[in-house]
Amino acid sequence: MKAAIQRSMESSVLAELVRVVGAKEVLVDIEERALYGYDATIHRFVPDAVVRVGSLKEVCDVLQICRQAHLPVVPRGAATGLSGGVLPVRGGVMLDMGRLQRIREINREDLYAVVEAGVTVERFAEAVQETGLFFPPDPSSARASTMGGGVAENAGGPHAFKYGVFRDYVLGLTAVKMDGTVVRTGGKTVKNVSGYDLTRLLVGSEGTLAVVVDATVRLIPAPKAKRTLLTAYDRLDDAAASVSQIIARGMQPAALEFIDDASMRVVEDYLHLGLPLDAEALLLIEVDGSEAEVSRQADEITALCESLNARSVKVAVSEAEAAGLWKARKSISSAVARIKPSKVSEDATVPRSQIPAMVRKLKEIAQHYEVDLVVFGHAGDGNLHPNIMCDETNQEEMGRVWQAVAEIFAVTLELGGTLTGEHGVGTMKAPFMQWEHGEEGLAVMRAIKNAWDPDHLLNPGKLFPEDAPPWPVSLEPWESRVKHRGTSWPT
Amino acid sequence: MADLNFPFVDPPRQDQFQSCIKCGLCLDSCPTFQETGRELESPRGRVQLIAAVARGVVPLQAPKVAQTLFSCLDCRACEVACPSGVPIGSLIERGRAQVVGWQEAHPDLHGQRSVSKTTRWAVTHLLPNQRRLRRLGWVVARVQRLGLLSGPGRRLLPKPMRAMAQSLPPLTGKETLPPERTTGSSPNPKKKVGVFLGCVMDVVFGDANQATIRVLDKNGLGPVVPQGQNCCGALAIHAGERETARKMARRNIDAFLAGDLDYIATNAGGCGAALMEYGEWLADDPQYREKAEIFSKKVKDVAQILDTEGWQVPRSATTEVVTYQTSCHLSNVMKAGAAPERILQSIPGVQLKPMADSARCCGSAGIYNLTHPQMAEALLRRKMEDVPDGIDTIVTGNPGCWLQLLHGVQAYRPGVQVRHLVQVLDDAYQRETSSP
Repeated sequence: MKAAIQRSMESSVLAELVRVVGAKEVLVDIEERALYGYDATIHRFVPDAVVRVGSLKEVCDVLQICRQAHLPVVPRGAATGLSGGVLPVRGGVMLDMGRLQRIREINREDLYAVVEAGVTVERFAEAVQETGLFFPPDPSSARASTMGGGVAENAGGPHAFKYGVFRDYVLGLTAVKMDGTVVRTGGKTVKNVSGYDLTRLLVGSEGTLAVVVDATVRLIPAPKAKRTLLTAYDRLDDAAASVSQIIARGMQPAALEFIDDASMRVVEDYLHLGLPLDAEALLLIEVDGSEAEVSRQADEITALCESLNARSVKVAVSEAEAAGLWKARKSISSAVARIKPSKVSEDATVPRSQIPAMVRKLKEIAQHYEVDLVVFGHAGDGNLHPNIMCDETNQEEMGRVWQAVAEIFAVTLELGGTLTGEHGVGTMKAPFMQWEHGEEGLAVMRAIKNAWDPDHLLNPGKLFPEDAPPWPVSLEPWESRVKHRGTSWPT
Repeated sequence: MADLNFPFVDPPRQDQFQSCIKCGLCLDSCPTFQETGRELESPRGRVQLIAAVARGVVPLQAPKVAQTLFSCLDCRACEVACPSGVPIGSLIERGRAQVVGWQEAHPDLHGQRSVSKTTRWAVTHLLPNQRRLRRLGWVVARVQRLGLLSGPGRRLLPKPMRAMAQSLPPLTGKETLPPERTTGSSPNPKKKVGVFLGCVMDVVFGDANQATIRVLDKNGLGPVVPQGQNCCGALAIHAGERETARKMARRNIDAFLAGDLDYIATNAGGCGAALMEYGEWLADDPQYREKAEIFSKKVKDVAQILDTEGWQVPRSATTEVVTYQTSCHLSNVMKAGAAPERILQSIPGVQLKPMADSARCCGSAGIYNLTHPQMAEALLRRKMEDVPDGIDTIVTGNPGCWLQLLHGVQAYRPGVQVRHLVQVLDDAYQRETSSP
């Protein structure tokens, strides 16, 4: 099978790909291919070629060519994912969507926008903001990650607590099936009950059903005012209790984020904001609405947190200060690398009331397996990010890390949660899918996969346990997986 | 120390590249990625390519390794964007030295060298030798006076240099100052400041060096010009010539640590950044390691020193609309922040119009505009688009940017001046004394 792929790539297939997108946009040198085989997980593979598509037609043509050649295709945005969703585990063609850079329309009357897959989430959100509207999903990777990636992974972010995730904003999609046919789903209206909801099916399908080329998304009016609060706690349990109480009392901040002491220290080391380093946990809270509402909510939350032993509650006095705090929060996931060079990020999500229990369990797991575990995340919607810091070159340590990860999954499901709140299943969680969905659930998912991509060529090795690389995914060096082809170096 | 896949001294260290978790937050900070959208031309791509070479996945000699390590502007915007603290600049500089080492060892295999023979000669023999450099300055001054650089005579120059030659300011052919005497006028200065002259700055923009000395003196920050100093070595380290760079670093350390100085003042962001990294360059030199750290701690841009120690607000009034283009290194490595803007705004009658994305590299990047004219030109065009309308002067803090911006205004914004921050401040002080 592998030999067949190699032969076909070397012969006419490359020439056909070049004919579609031009020689400049087909990358075959090992120097470049090696850079399209990773994401923000610790795993690395190498694709056989990278094709940088620039239009819907090019996507269709490339997929047709690959299907005929029986080549796997992996759609890629900015490769910032944390679940191994864009790893080319079976080689094949990496479909780089980065050239699809247009925001086609921002419609203020009908409150929607049409945006191509390669636009970064931040650039899109800023363009929307300039028109006085609001696109709330705000994954921490937004500066780099793309709208296509957000749709494929059904990404969330801090604002998900009040405003929901990508799924809640996508109205329609233009997507291409592996056979090169174009499927247009949904439309421009919020209400739309015509037939099966293919839009929702594609959102979060991780590029396993079709390649999303553009999305029509819903926009909402921007809140008139917002305010950011930072509360510090001497005891982590009090912070967790505050989260539960804020929710139980029906308060609805725009974001409710949890930061533990280790996360705080690394981000302080990066940004020097003067965070209270001796506290055990922080809550970062944003309230929004009318000026009056914002003041009322801020006062209520301050009183509540103080009654639950918050050591301090600080309200950001300027937009710059608030922006600094949010930059800190969004940098944590990367800044934790200051603790140890590698990390395994999880996004196990539990019902909100189980947050205190989950935090306790995470501490126990870290102690039991003797791993460095930091916790931060979207406490407001039960979506915590336990990150295990490790050294990928230390095999003994990695053994304990994988055991701890499996246990985190088990505990999450026990507490009524899910394997993943926003990062996606990818390769990293595929082996555990049966725990959550059972054989019956997986059977339905397989049937859906077969209907869209009967040859299993689109983003293979993801979602399904039988298809995924053996777990834990091998960290053996790249050498064994690299095919030195298409290059002629001096020897 | 060398390793299997990086066989030459000073390889990129594993602990440096292993801390890149590939999150991608650096991508949009990188001018070459903004232009091309290719992973190969991004900080994450460059760091991971170095990791791939170290792991034996990509051979050091693969052509695109050299290409991308040398297409980096070394502007360090990625280091500011990187929450994990990956020392991307150092990795790339070390990577370049490996590439150059390999090319040297295989002279027949590579038609295309990453660093041309001329550049190599310039960074190893011309820049470290201030006398030779001044003699060249004298020759250029003569040639300029004969009109050979602006007329058809410039066809004799290599293509990328022609436009630059045309926008080169008239040289005097004289050195700014004999580099060996105390120049301050106050008998009891509140601080003792060693002034770093630089190589290009000294020959091309000698006025700015003199202005720096006057401005320091005016503010009671006793300037001295230590003897024996030479080029900072930045261009050598960028060209992968680490041993040459270290030689220059040692000479500067000896020159400046001889006196009991509170500060080492630079007026060139690129030089200042290099001086601040001597500790890293000399980490394996037991004799100089500690001295380098002491030296680097004293290095500050003249704007930072004034901002910390306080400066006299000029009393004279003027009307000048300016914008400020920070140098990448001044902003990203020296972390000058808003100090230069604060000084500009203190001058009565100076109106500062902000420049969007001011810290984005203008494409000068040392001699990048000579080695990569296409990318440099694209970046310069974008930079000139960001220059606000209705300004008289672009103020900057680095000779490389200065030259590039001179070229830029000539092509896109004729009539706009380019000047150094200290000149603007010095002028304001001068007006004070001439019209009391």
